[in-house]
Amino acid sequence: MTGSVFRGYSESDALRSDRSAGDRLRHRQKVREAIRGNVADIVAEESIIGQSRNKIIKVPIRGVREYRFIFGDDYEGVGSGEGDSQPGQVIGNAAGPLPGSGKAGDQPGVDYYETEITLEELVDIMFEDLELPDMERRKLREVPVEVIRKRKGFRRVGVRVRLDKTRTAMARMRRKLAARVAAGDGTADRRFPFHRDDLKYRRIVRDLRFQSNAVVLCIMDTSGSMDTMKKYLARSFFFLLHQFVRTRYRNVEVVFVAHDAQAREVSEEEFFTKGGSGGTLISSGYLKALEIIRERYHPSLWNIYAFHCSDGDNWPQDNPAALRTAQELAHICNLFGYGEIKPLNSGSYGDSLLELFEKIEAENFQALMIENKEDIWPGFRQLLLREQTSGLEDAP
Amino acid sequence: MTQGWTIRDLEYWDARIRERVREFGLQCFPQEFEICDHEQMLGYMAYHGLPAHYPHWSFGKAYEKLRTLYSYGISGLPYEMVINASPSLAYLMHENSLCLQILTIAHVYGHNDFFRNNFMFRDTRPDLAIAHFKLRADRVRSYAEDPSIGPQRVEDTLDAAHALSLQCRRDTAIRKLSRTEQQERALADAVPPKDPYASIHKAPPHQTPDLNRLPLEPEEDLLLFIAENQPYLAEWQKDLLRIVHEEALYFMPQVETKIMNEGWASYWHHRIMNSLDLPENLHLEFLVHHNQVVRAHPGGINPYYLGYRLWEDIERRHDSGLPPAPDGRAKIFEVRDTDRDASFLRRFLTEQLMRDMDLYEYRRDQGQMVISRISDSGNWEAVRDSLLRNVGMAPVPVIRIMDADFHHNRILLLRHEHDGRDLQRDNMEKTLAYLHRLWGRQVLLETVASGRNLTFSYDDGRFEEIRNGPAERPQHS
Repeated sequence: MTGSVFRGYSESDALRSDRSAGDRLRHRQKVREAIRGNVADIVAEESIIGQSRNKIIKVPIRGVREYRFIFGDDYEGVGSGEGDSQPGQVIGNAAGPLPGSGKAGDQPGVDYYETEITLEELVDIMFEDLELPDMERRKLREVPVEVIRKRKGFRRVGVRVRLDKTRTAMARMRRKLAARVAAGDGTADRRFPFHRDDLKYRRIVRDLRFQSNAVVLCIMDTSGSMDTMKKYLARSFFFLLHQFVRTRYRNVEVVFVAHDAQAREVSEEEFFTKGGSGGTLISSGYLKALEIIRERYHPSLWNIYAFHCSDGDNWPQDNPAALRTAQELAHICNLFGYGEIKPLNSGSYGDSLLELFEKIEAENFQALMIENKEDIWPGFRQLLLREQTSGLEDAP
Repeated sequence: MTQGWTIRDLEYWDARIRERVREFGLQCFPQEFEICDHEQMLGYMAYHGLPAHYPHWSFGKAYEKLRTLYSYGISGLPYEMVINASPSLAYLMHENSLCLQILTIAHVYGHNDFFRNNFMFRDTRPDLAIAHFKLRADRVRSYAEDPSIGPQRVEDTLDAAHALSLQCRRDTAIRKLSRTEQQERALADAVPPKDPYASIHKAPPHQTPDLNRLPLEPEEDLLLFIAENQPYLAEWQKDLLRIVHEEALYFMPQVETKIMNEGWASYWHHRIMNSLDLPENLHLEFLVHHNQVVRAHPGGINPYYLGYRLWEDIERRHDSGLPPAPDGRAKIFEVRDTDRDASFLRRFLTEQLMRDMDLYEYRRDQGQMVISRISDSGNWEAVRDSLLRNVGMAPVPVIRIMDADFHHNRILLLRHEHDGRDLQRDNMEKTLAYLHRLWGRQVLLETVASGRNLTFSYDDGRFEEIRNGPAERPQHS
């Protein structure tokens, strides 16, 4: 044997060689794709509706797991003990790792064919390729909005939290040196406290930017014919819409209108949780929406998006009024969407408004049918994606 | 360097270690060492240690996983990594102390000797291994860059191939018969045995073996079989299947000898280090590290510990006067050549040793793991047999291709050789889907689940369970 070869360590090589970068990137893409592919399932889970944004959701990832022929886990394993093992002794949980090999339970990276993300991240991934349609269409409707507060220089006065300690200390040192020079020696030992002039505060200014204004009107039928299932479907739809709007736009206002035979504006919480009863006059909801628009969101200043969910079981005499008000809404809104909720096998053979609304002659009107919870996500995407393509034509 | 050693220190100790290696009679390939940091080590680990390897997202996943485990302190990094190649290639961690480096170098020579001499590695072509990996990587990249193929289709094929890569023949020491030889054997088998009472017996009906059936004998090399017998695969796809198959063959000996190999290297680093007359501070540090490496992992099996104990035990027993001539050293060299983990444990794991190590068998019971047997006089063999089913390739189910033209319809019929362990259902479904992607026709799998014979079918996205099995069973022994 001749001598062995030793190749020394070179830091520059180490910095340059990141051979797994490409494969890691592809893996992360696959994880994201897998999550997006599962969005419909995740959204269909009851548990996410109405949850806080920090809630952690378990997302199954298919396609990122590597499958092989393997045995199930109902056969024996062998381990070594510390000399006192007895038959019948419990040595650990089947799900978790063996004792002695680390903490049980929430270990990262064990094999994440199920990953945990917060609702916020999930919403981000879901809405990656969606936009509220026509946001830029009405340039004139832009109003100044305060986007962020940013730092700009320093000042002598301010609130305590903005005190800049480094600069304050530097100012004191400067003064101390100056004082020593002025007084000659002998003052070095004396106490030299901070003076009010030393204090330096960060100055925060508001940054004004222009953004187009938008308001989203969520109109929901809460009449007696809307049973639990239907309300759940409608709420899921609005929940998505609400999350989407909140994630994407700073300056979007959301208005909630609940209606049966009468319409009223409600809070977000009420909208998503409270039930209702009574007959159905759809026009009442539309009228309320029109009223709110008239009072607070003038079409020349606001981009208006209205969405309505109902089971289509309207009081027949109200239909002409509903059609008229819907037309009116479609006229002043950028987009007016109508979702008809007809769960399969729900036993509701009520009328459908879809036929009636076919008469609405407006490009920005969209009607869709939701039959079960798996329809929610595709319907939602369809609503926003289709308008987006037509909106592109208006882009400069 | 901050570690308190230089390359010259390593060279000095390496020279001394090599003297011992020669004296002890280890036969090694030439050795090369490369110093790397922990990031590079993670990178090498994700790609099985190879300097060149084809890209696939699963290696990115492996990297992320290793990195997470490392950064959360759940698992450390190995002190070294050795590649079965000639010259042998080993990585040493830049961050380690001088004592660890010396220990590691000694350990590496143990692996090197094992790779060179154990029978499992005889066909791995160590002199060309690294070049082969490089060539395969180049080929895969060229397919991905070819505009008529593209990365997506390469990835799809590799995904499917990876799912089946471990479904290959394990007895690599037995030569695989060629098709002609198989035909000859089938013909010979069809001749009825010589019957001394032929004159009074009714002559058995003559059976002509079907020499055209495919495969003639059950086939375990799934990828290779598909590459050779699926006429609608493109050449580049066949090549990808062969690449994945070749890599699996290269790594299988290492899987099959994990316990022996790590035990062997630990045994020799211990002997070598003790014979080096290390300064006291280095020697004490060595003892600490050595005991950390070869210690029992309560609840699991540490191959370093198990292997080390076995090698020492074999040597001790053969030194203490087993006939004809007591020579433990010669015995362990003999065993190093001729065994793999399964035979090693079956032949040399004694009741006494199992009791000393307190090996037990556990079962899953209502979400808990409960000890079912311990190594006492009545049960130690059962515990050992359970251990045998968990080492080497034994945790991989044996799946054989029985018929590639089932019902004359090019349906692929497979059989799982059931050994008491049922297949995991979800994985089976997904793997059959991959198999279908490669074979392009319906795929059937016969197996046993909860004591019942079942046949599963996968065809065009439909996964079904056929309870009673197919109407016609192929004629096989």
